[in-house]
Amino acid sequence: MSKSKGIIKSLFEKPWEKDQIVIDNEHQGQTLSLSKYKVGLRTIMVVSTVIFSLFIVAYSDRMLVHDWRSMPEPWLLWLNTGIIILGSLVFHFTKLASDKNQNDKTKNGLFLVGILAYSFLIGQLLAWYQLMNSGYYATTNVANAFFYLFTTLHGLHLIGGLYFWGRTTSKFLRKNSKAEDVKHSIELCAIYWHFLLAVWLVLFGLMLFT
Amino acid sequence: MPVTVAIVFLLITVGSVVFHFWSPWWWTEVASNWGGMDDTIILTFWITGFVFVVICLFVSYCVWKFAYRKDRRAEYKPEDNKLEKRLTWITTLGVAALLAPGLVVWNNYVTVPENAYKIEVFAYQWGWKYRLPGNDGVLGKTDIKYISDENPFGLILEDPKGKDDRLVDGDELHLLIDRPVKFELRTIDVLHNFYVPQFRGKMDMVPGIITYYWITPTKTGDFEVLCAEYCGSGHYAMRGRVIVDKEQDYKKWEAKQITFEKMLAKNKNIKNLQLAKSTK
Amino acid sequence: MSDEYEHKLEAKSDIVSDASSVGTPGIDSVPEAEIPDQELYHSHSWWTTYVFSQDAKYIGVQYALTAVGTGLLGLVLSWLMRIQLAWPGLGWLEPAAYYQFVTMHGMIMVIYLLTALFLGGFGNLLIPLMCGSRDMAFPYVNMLSYWAFVVAVIVLLASFFVPGGPTGAGWTLYPPQAITSGTPGSNMGIILMLVSLILFVAGFTMGGLNYIITVLQLRARGMTLMRMPLTIWGIFTATVLALLAFPALLVGCLMMTLDSMLGTSFFMPAMVSLGEKLSYDGGSPILFQHLFWFFGHPEVYIVALPAFGIVSDLLSVHARKNIFGYRMMVWAIVGIGALSFFVWAHHMYVSGMNPWFGFFFATTTLIIAVPTALKVYNWILTLWNGNIQLSLPMLFSLAFIVTFLNGGLTGLFLGNVTVDVPLSDTYFVVAHFHMVMGIAPILVVFGAIYHWYPLITGRLLNETLGKIHFWITFVGSYAIYFPMHYQGFVGVPRRYFEIYESPYIETSTLLLNQFITIAALIVGAAQLVFLYNLITSARLGKKAEKNPWKACSLEWQTPQMPPEHGNWGKETPKVYRWAYDFSVPGAKEDYIPQNVPPSEVMGAKVEKT
Repeated sequence: MSKSKGIIKSLFEKPWEKDQIVIDNEHQGQTLSLSKYKVGLRTIMVVSTVIFSLFIVAYSDRMLVHDWRSMPEPWLLWLNTGIIILGSLVFHFTKLASDKNQNDKTKNGLFLVGILAYSFLIGQLLAWYQLMNSGYYATTNVANAFFYLFTTLHGLHLIGGLYFWGRTTSKFLRKNSKAEDVKHSIELCAIYWHFLLAVWLVLFGLMLFT
Repeated sequence: MPVTVAIVFLLITVGSVVFHFWSPWWWTEVASNWGGMDDTIILTFWITGFVFVVICLFVSYCVWKFAYRKDRRAEYKPEDNKLEKRLTWITTLGVAALLAPGLVVWNNYVTVPENAYKIEVFAYQWGWKYRLPGNDGVLGKTDIKYISDENPFGLILEDPKGKDDRLVDGDELHLLIDRPVKFELRTIDVLHNFYVPQFRGKMDMVPGIITYYWITPTKTGDFEVLCAEYCGSGHYAMRGRVIVDKEQDYKKWEAKQITFEKMLAKNKNIKNLQLAKSTK
Repeated sequence: MSDEYEHKLEAKSDIVSDASSVGTPGIDSVPEAEIPDQELYHSHSWWTTYVFSQDAKYIGVQYALTAVGTGLLGLVLSWLMRIQLAWPGLGWLEPAAYYQFVTMHGMIMVIYLLTALFLGGFGNLLIPLMCGSRDMAFPYVNMLSYWAFVVAVIVLLASFFVPGGPTGAGWTLYPPQAITSGTPGSNMGIILMLVSLILFVAGFTMGGLNYIITVLQLRARGMTLMRMPLTIWGIFTATVLALLAFPALLVGCLMMTLDSMLGTSFFMPAMVSLGEKLSYDGGSPILFQHLFWFFGHPEVYIVALPAFGIVSDLLSVHARKNIFGYRMMVWAIVGIGALSFFVWAHHMYVSGMNPWFGFFFATTTLIIAVPTALKVYNWILTLWNGNIQLSLPMLFSLAFIVTFLNGGLTGLFLGNVTVDVPLSDTYFVVAHFHMVMGIAPILVVFGAIYHWYPLITGRLLNETLGKIHFWITFVGSYAIYFPMHYQGFVGVPRRYFEIYESPYIETSTLLLNQFITIAALIVGAAQLVFLYNLITSARLGKKAEKNPWKACSLEWQTPQMPPEHGNWGKETPKVYRWAYDFSVPGAKEDYIPQNVPPSEVMGAKVEKT
């Protein structure tokens, strides 16, 4: 097991001192006891969080100008929110199933997650269609522009997630359906799905309450 | 070799100091109340110049003194807490000495005196216009939507305070010496910046909002106005003139500037004339 | 020299003597590796070896060559601009072309040369080697990162050939001007620029992921964070900054692209442009500036921190002395990195933002000067009592200290809000940032290339040509930028196509412009000497012995030099010490590489006595 002591604390080590040398020689060369994929995922989530936070800051700043006209939220968005929550839940149970090596449950779970994710994307497109039909174009008001921007970016994130979901699923199907082989991938995808759910809830809430 | 390198570094240091004191390039004489900015710069020069010279001399000395010799070993010294702490404190003090006077002057810069005379500086690609408050001492409200050939400043017609505003035709502005003036900076297209080198002040003009800064002209004379924020391909040619007058000259000039009301009437006449011509 | 320090010295030699007296074989023992060795992709064809390579070393060289190639274009653009400034009467350029060159020069140098070179180039080359890993964490993603960069460069260059030409909005791309018709390239040019930047950010994020995870998770056994060379600390921290700061650029670019293409009003207020009322309304140009500088200021440190790290190592190796105050250097790098997110609006003192922000940002800006100053002190204290070899990397490092010091100190002028008012948007600013983030980091780049060239080619660069290159570059660029500050004092505004004779600008200022241009042309020409050296020495240079500079860090300790695929042969190295065991008292040689076990050091000692 690698030592995952606080990075901050390690900054005070004196690497040239005798006692420290003895300790350091034992080190395995790894700072966090996580797989590199998990660290990678976390890094990506941090970067995405920064992107969305900056958009939210821009939104809040722009909102204060006199020409801001809030946009109505079509009922479809509530349905889509339900779908994405469901997707996250199913992924959670799929992860539990793969932990217990339940092959069939895992397989069904993965399929269901895919279907839900695609339905969400289609649902978002339909919401766009509804809005444009009622005359809410990106150029009509900047509030609408923010809506289209947010949903596009969130959708792109989901499409990126679907790429990894696809890889995991196909790997699972190829390898005689052993849940163990894809356990780690499923766990990572599930985390990402929960992350996208959280992002969506924040964005939707923001647009709802302003 | 080490001696040569040390000497070159030494020469660069000495050369920089010599250049500083004896080169012909220096700022223009200040013509406003912002001599405090110049003083802050001079103070900054002394502190940073001292650090620059000391560190450069130290480097030259090291290059010469500790040049490589096969039979010598460098000292093994990972760190020296006491020394590093001392250096931290000295630096912090030096930095505070720079910052404190700077903040005082900045406070003055952003606090406009109440009696300041307000002038609107109006920027567009690529030129300057000015608007003076009329006898009521208040600038009328404007809106970009009102801008037209007849109403180049976009004054809101319903606002009575705008009627007596004097519109300066041409890009020459006169200021009265020793009277604090607040420039209300307005642009109708892109970013600009109203800059007169001798006044030292500067502030960007941003479409959609009115920015400002204030000065008190302290010298009569004829100064050049430049745009100091890049504004497209005509940026370099966006110049104007500011003339600081004594009271008599200033009054003469002010009287010549046409009020908004008169201009509207004049435009109307011209229009009627044209109308009459075309119907003939 | 305190007693405390003497005591530590004893502690140091204790290890040596203790060990020799006991002589247990256990002294070198390192626990078994718990982390399985990294699986590597092995290429099978010329294409996958040299073009779509997944080996970080190759990717690093690819990044470096692409970045330098683009940078040469930036250099040529600067010549064209300088000639215009010095001899406006020649009618050499149109104003539009001048502004396009200014813009492209700035963007190329900051993003496509320096950022790509330090992180993509040196990061890829050095991270795995210095950390003792076989390769980056995700070699395939790493390859994608490079190719995204290539596409970004191609899109950028393509903008030279579209109708209207490249954007002339200035590298800060401030709206509304960037996308309105008074600015050259406001249709196609600006959009290609924005797309190119978005691609760059996407590509960089993929690379950055690799740099971070490799440093954190894939180091050799025994390589604790505090045993890493400062180069790695610099690149690592810069990468963290970049991952957090580039999103701001991305957000700004995306919103401006929409403003430009769809006509949304994120940044665009109601305006009358050249007599024509535009349909925008309510947007905030200052919001863009906040986003831009929230990226832009950390960007300065994204370039500077790797340079800080590299120059620390160069100074240490070539002065045969450990870097002075290693811990302080690490803290300073991390501290500067963290603080760099709280100073952005010092670029906006006169932008029309709420003037009261000036107090806050002036204070934070001057606070950041403290850790920066400490770094300078520690560099020069590393020279003190050193054994200084005036090799090319050392010369460049010394020149870096002078130029960085100069540029850093003028930063104290501009950071101090009051002083900034008369100086902002003048040539003082131009001189300052060229000195501090142009010349200083480039000198480090040169030093680093002279230092690590043998690691890539197995040969040394020609020393005589190198000296010519060094002296012209250093003295020449100082001659360009030092006097330029004084033009700023006179009040010559930046981004002026032509200055004219003004009542306050005397003829001598114009003469100074000619002097600067001549110096710039000479310095530029000297880079040809460097390129010639770079190309010919790859074949004809003197063969370098293994570890030619007698450095301690791991990149020189590979079984083969240049290192082969996988870097370390059968087994990855074990690390027994920090990267700065130079001139250790009692050791035979004046350096002990990080992977030399204590028993071998003992042996040396026994031999000696």
